Amino acid sequence: MRVARVIPCLDVDAGRVVKGVNFVDIRDAGDPVELAARYDAEGADELVFLDITASSDRRDTTVAMARAVADEVFIPFTIGGGIRTLDDARLLLRAGADKVSVNTAAVRRPELVSEISREFGAQCCVVAIDARSSSEAPSGYEVFTHGGRTRTGIDCLEWVAEVERLGAGEILLTSMDRDGTREGFELKLTSKVATAVGIPVIASGGVGSLDHLVEGVTEGKADAVLAASIFHYGEHTIAEAKTRMAQAGIPVRPT
Amino acid sequence: MTGRPLVAILDYGIGNLHSAQKGFEHAGADARLTADLGLIRAADGVVLPGVGAFAPCMAALGRTGLDDAALRAVQSGRPFMGICVGMQVLFAGSDEAPGVSGLGVFDRMVRWIPGPVKRPQMQWNVLQRSGDHRMLADLDDPIWAYFVHSLAPEMGDASDVVATCDYGGPVVAAVARDNVWAAQFHPEKSSAVGLQILANFVTASAAAATN
Repeated sequence: MRVARVIPCLDVDAGRVVKGVNFVDIRDAGDPVELAARYDAEGADELVFLDITASSDRRDTTVAMARAVADEVFIPFTIGGGIRTLDDARLLLRAGADKVSVNTAAVRRPELVSEISREFGAQCCVVAIDARSSSEAPSGYEVFTHGGRTRTGIDCLEWVAEVERLGAGEILLTSMDRDGTREGFELKLTSKVATAVGIPVIASGGVGSLDHLVEGVTEGKADAVLAASIFHYGEHTIAEAKTRMAQAGIPVRPT
Repeated sequence: MTGRPLVAILDYGIGNLHSAQKGFEHAGADARLTADLGLIRAADGVVLPGVGAFAPCMAALGRTGLDDAALRAVQSGRPFMGICVGMQVLFAGSDEAPGVSGLGVFDRMVRWIPGPVKRPQMQWNVLQRSGDHRMLADLDDPIWAYFVHSLAPEMGDASDVVATCDYGGPVVAAVARDNVWAAQFHPEKSSAVGLQILANFVTASAAAATN
């Protein structure tokens, strides 16, 4: 049985969750531990923390956050953003993160993927890929870095095959054309990637409704769906998302 | 006995053991990450964790001498639990590492999960009970647990299989024989269900401590 995962994504800056999360009765909307525990109780399958801390000297706060979350929350979580070296990954994994995701640094130095995979196992090595449609790329999609600002000239499907070969255990695929639009996942991109690899693919970017989550699995063939705003702003609960997916015939872990 | 049972989590330098320790603490144990042979001998229950790959785990166990410590704990009759690759290394060997011997507590092999399913299985899945082992006591079906693995033990004659999951066919999810429990999934990452499984082990450790 293939069971789709529903993954809320939280942005963190210097160890605090930003872009406010609107739970009722929340004591501290910036506390990653409280929010993670809340999402666990609501039935989230995993969590992704995207570290947007700009200054590198404050990154130790992210390590402390990983430790605090791991102390209290017993579902898997991934930390991504700003991981440049094997040492960065090691600190977060030792602190209790289950997986780290690498993006720009992997494009710059692909061996980072094999280094993390070799030392800690493929299961904790997520490669995040930001893709944008491009007429110049053979697959129609090009890899971007630096949060979608920088072109790489690398074809998305070629990069996907490369990171799988290097030992990635999972791909977190974000459509930069859709990210923030609330128009739904870029399903063509998602299905191309998800059917091209033998490792799990998380679809990301563009979710504005529960039906978008359904489509990500049925049409996008994704193994997991990631969303931020529809959960954070109280529009929908994890339970509602899973109910809708189950109604569409997608196996999910009930909440 | 008084107080919380002492659970020794073997620390042989592989991966993230933080969650396992915190999970066992939540489940009522005095849980220690340790490579100290005296502490391991004194523990009421012993846990062999493991992530990553079979060969590096076996190499690290050998380097630290904790392979012998684990085998002595198994033979002592005290509750013993292997988790994920810590389960796999209790078997004779693995497809992942031809020529590398496991600890051989269970005498069959660990095999790649057959295709065409994606590997790793990285998802929550339902534990289908096989028999009625106390590892899964006080849990209502369906029992959902979190898996991350590309290999799993052979089914064997199934007399020691506690649970399977369905992933392109039946896959061994937990085994047990006498005092030895082993889980392919991650109880320390399986939310309330997982904490109950850890609590069941802590209960067994407490009971062993009073005997």
